[in-house]
This record gives sequence, structure tokens and C-alpha cells, in this order.
Amino acid sequence: MSQRRVQFKQSVITRRNLVNRLMIGLSGLCVVLALIPLALILFYTVREGISALNLEFFTRLPKPVGEAGGGMANAIVGTLIMMGMSAVIAVPIGLLCGVYLAEYGNNTFSSVVRFLTEVMSGLPSIIIGIFAYALVVKPMGRFSAYAGAVALAVLMVPTITKTTEELLKLVPLTLREAGLALGAPRWIVNTRIVIAAAAKGIITAVMLAIARAAGETAPLLFTALNNRFWHTSLDQPIASLPVQIYTYATSPYDDWHAQAWAGATVLIVIVFVLSVVVRLVSGGKFTVQQ
Amino acid sequence: MVDEQNEQQTATPTIAKPEFSQEHHHVEPEQQPRLSVQGVGVIFNGNYAIRNININFHDNRATAIIGPSGCGKSTLLRALNRMHDIVPGAKVVGEINLDGENIMKMDPVQVRRRIGMVFQKPNPFPTMSIFENTVAGLRFNGVRKRSLLKEVAEDALQKAALWDEVKDRLKEPAMSLSGGQQQRLCIARAMAVEPEILLMDEPTSALDPIATAKIEELIHTLKASYTIVIVTHNMQQAARVSDYTAFMYMGELVESARTRTIFTNPTKKQTEDYITGRFG
Repeated sequence: MSQRRVQFKQSVITRRNLVNRLMIGLSGLCVVLALIPLALILFYTVREGISALNLEFFTRLPKPVGEAGGGMANAIVGTLIMMGMSAVIAVPIGLLCGVYLAEYGNNTFSSVVRFLTEVMSGLPSIIIGIFAYALVVKPMGRFSAYAGAVALAVLMVPTITKTTEELLKLVPLTLREAGLALGAPRWIVNTRIVIAAAAKGIITAVMLAIARAAGETAPLLFTALNNRFWHTSLDQPIASLPVQIYTYATSPYDDWHAQAWAGATVLIVIVFVLSVVVRLVSGGKFTVQQ
Repeated sequence: MVDEQNEQQTATPTIAKPEFSQEHHHVEPEQQPRLSVQGVGVIFNGNYAIRNININFHDNRATAIIGPSGCGKSTLLRALNRMHDIVPGAKVVGEINLDGENIMKMDPVQVRRRIGMVFQKPNPFPTMSIFENTVAGLRFNGVRKRSLLKEVAEDALQKAALWDEVKDRLKEPAMSLSGGQQQRLCIARAMAVEPEILLMDEPTSALDPIATAKIEELIHTLKASYTIVIVTHNMQQAARVSDYTAFMYMGELVESARTRTIFTNPTKKQTEDYITGRFG
């Protein structure tokens, strides 16, 4: 038997094990640190809002100052309507954009689109509000649910585009080749193989974009404005939870503060329930590891 | 006298079998080749990966392409069904004639429908079941009839020697199969669309010896109905499964002939060196 030429020092091994344990501990600590604010927000929101969360909150319109009771029924419905409309506008555009960049994006035009998408996703949401104001509110001559939905959609498109592109690029090239080798045209390969394989991740990304838009206040201030009553049609100003929360939270009245907290709780629950439901009912039969 | 003859007949196959595949002795070299490659080169970003390749592939024959890593075997194979189309910066020159028609001028989708491919690593579609994988090619081409799909699926899985192992679990995800089973599934999937030519790019390099043996056996059976071109690193495999062998080196086709000739009496020194293990 030959003597080993390389001897590892025991001290090196001990130090490595120590560093290893230290880094694992640090990572764990960071996870806890990141979760603390989340838990606190949830806990605090629910605690402050629970007193105002009752049936009336979900079924009644806001009461005038000084009168007790009332609810945010119009704001809850308004938020759901605008979430729906903005998703209908933004999801197809964002998705198709992402597919184009990932599957056909090997040209200068795509590089420009990619760059603009980056810029757009970093744009302050108030600017997007002003943009929608100029684009929809000015020509129409009034604030409306449409304008609010457009503002939220503009906010969502870059996020959906970017994540879709990245997720599609993770699908191995060999799967595309397998599809092509079977004599499938490119668009079938894209829809039935590539998008199907990335579907789970894309759905999560879309839900995240919708959730983020649902909580935005700034883009709605100049577009959907607010409404103390039920909207009569979608080309009228419409109430929304974020704007209602903003209005109530900045008021000097204690019962309005409680209602603002309750509104925040409802917003969180809406986003949460929606994400869970969408994930449960959609996607392929078999999960793909991303 | 009669007894002696009988003895010889039964004894002969066992001696000859492991060395070379059964050769077909009625080949007329004048016969029109199914696929004819003339002066083909593949250029990646201005550099030739392979150049001036001339070779013919005949019906019901298996041709093995051998050579050291990086010699351009796979590059040549992928040119045969226009797989380079999707690679940015890749260009194919020369003529590849399928039944006398240049595939470079045909619709690539049509070409690939007639020339199927099995890849080095098993690549079943991860979102589909075993059954769906098998009939994926048919469905992509618009076949909807359930009874026909079932029939073709069973037939293809039988041919790929996988039916007995999966017939009770057709609805399970394809990814639940073992690597060797996945590769046979990919072969079944390729055969379900009934191509005229089957290209195989090192189909057993990711498999264990048992799965490899099954796939080699499969190639023997498939030869009856297909033209097969197989790229392999494994010279024993080339000897076992192919009727013709082509040796490539540094992007050029050094020599191609009957497999037995290449392995026993090659004309070029490079071929001999490679076969005998002096390099590569």
C-alpha cells in the first residue's frame, strides 16, 4: 500500500465543519428574520381590524362621519372588479410577450423589449397612475373603473412578461427537440410542451402580479378615484379597498381606523384565497420540478 | 452424413451471433438509397463542424456512425432531420435527399414527420402520462380518435418492448419510469408517428447494460420496417446492431462500408487505429 501523498490537516476539517454549521445557522436566522415582519403584519392587522369585521362590513356602504357602523361592501366589490378586468388585460399580453421573448427573442427588437420591460417594472406606481390618467381619464373626461383597471394592468404586464420568459427558458431544450422531432410545428411545441412544463411556475407568477396590483393605491388615485356609493356602471368612479383603507387610515376617527384595519385584513384574505384556489384548480396533472 | 449436416446447422449460429449482426446478403448497391447525403457541411458561427460528408442510407438497414468525441457524429445526425434549424448561428450546406427530394427545400415539419429521432438522454414530456407520451406525436398532428390512439399506443409500446411493463399503469406520469423504460418510451413515441427513418443519437449511453441490451434487441427488430441511423460511442454496439458503419474523425467522414469490413479490414489507417483502440 502506498502512503497517501496528500494529508488533510485535522484543523482544516474542524474549521470547515464549524463554518458549515455557522452558515446553516445564519441562513436559518435570516429566514426567521424575514418571517417576523410577515407574522407581525398579519397579527397586528387582524388584531386591530377584528372589532370592525362583521357581517355589516361586507354588506353595507360606508356611513357618513359620526354615524356608527357601515361597511366596505362597495370597495370589496370594486377591488374584485378591477382585479378581474386588469387581469383580463394584462395576463394575455404579459404571457404572450414572455413566450415571444423566450422562444423567438433572438433579435435586436427583443433586446429592446426586454430592456423596456426591466425599466417599466421599476417604474414608481404613481407614475403609472398619471400615465393611465393621460391615456384613459383625460379622453373619457371622467374617472372610471376602466381607467383603474388599465393602470393596474400596466403595472402587471412587465412582471408577468419577465417571469414568464425566465420560467420558459428553464424548460430544457431537449423537450423542445423531442416535440419537433415528432413533426410538431413550433406553436404546438410551445403550447403543449414548453408552456405546459412551466405552467405551475407561470401561474404562481401571474398570481403574484395580480396580488401586487390588488394592493396598489397610487395608480388608482387618479384613475378609479373613489366612490362612497355603489358604482352604477364601469365608466364611473369606483371604490377600492386600498384607496378606502388609505382614506380611512388618514382620517382622525377611531372607528374609521378600525375599519381601515379590517379592510386590510380582507384584502390580505382575498389575495390569499385567490392564490390557493387558482393553484388548486389549474396546472397540469403532474407537477414539474422547476 | 445427414446427422453431421444437421449438427453443423444448429451449431453455426451460436458461434457467429455475438460478433456481428445478421447481414442481409441480397443488397444490390445500385438500389436507390432512402436517404442520400451529398457534400453536406454544418457551419456554426462561421466554423465548419463537419464538412463534405457523402453517405447513403438504405431501407431496412441500420447504419452506425462511430468516431471519437467531438468528431461531428451528432452534428451530422441532427442535420438529417433539420434539427439545426432551431440553433441560432447554425447553417447546413450541401444536399440531403429523401427519396430524391432535397429536404433543405422541404417544410421542416414534414421532414421531421418522416424522419424521427431518439435522443441521447431520455426526454419524455414531464407533464404527460405514459399513454399521452406515446401518442403525443399523433395528437400534435391532430389525431383525436380515442380508439385509434389506443391501438397505436399499444402497438408502439409492444414494438419498443415496453408494453408488458406499463400496460397496467398507462395513466401514471412518464417520469415515474426508470431511465431505461423512459428511453424505450421515447422510442415508442418516435415510432408511433410511423416515420420512414429513425435517427438515434447515442440512445443507450445513459443506460445500464440490461436496458442497453433491450434497446439493441429492439433495433434488430426495428430494422425490418425502418431505416435506422445510430450514433454510438460504443464500438461493440456498432458491431452488434449495424449492417453498415461510418467512421468520422475531425468533422470528416473517413470511411463507410459494411460493418464487418470496417471492423475486420478497414482501408484507412485512421479507422484501423480507432477500431483497435490506438486513439479516441
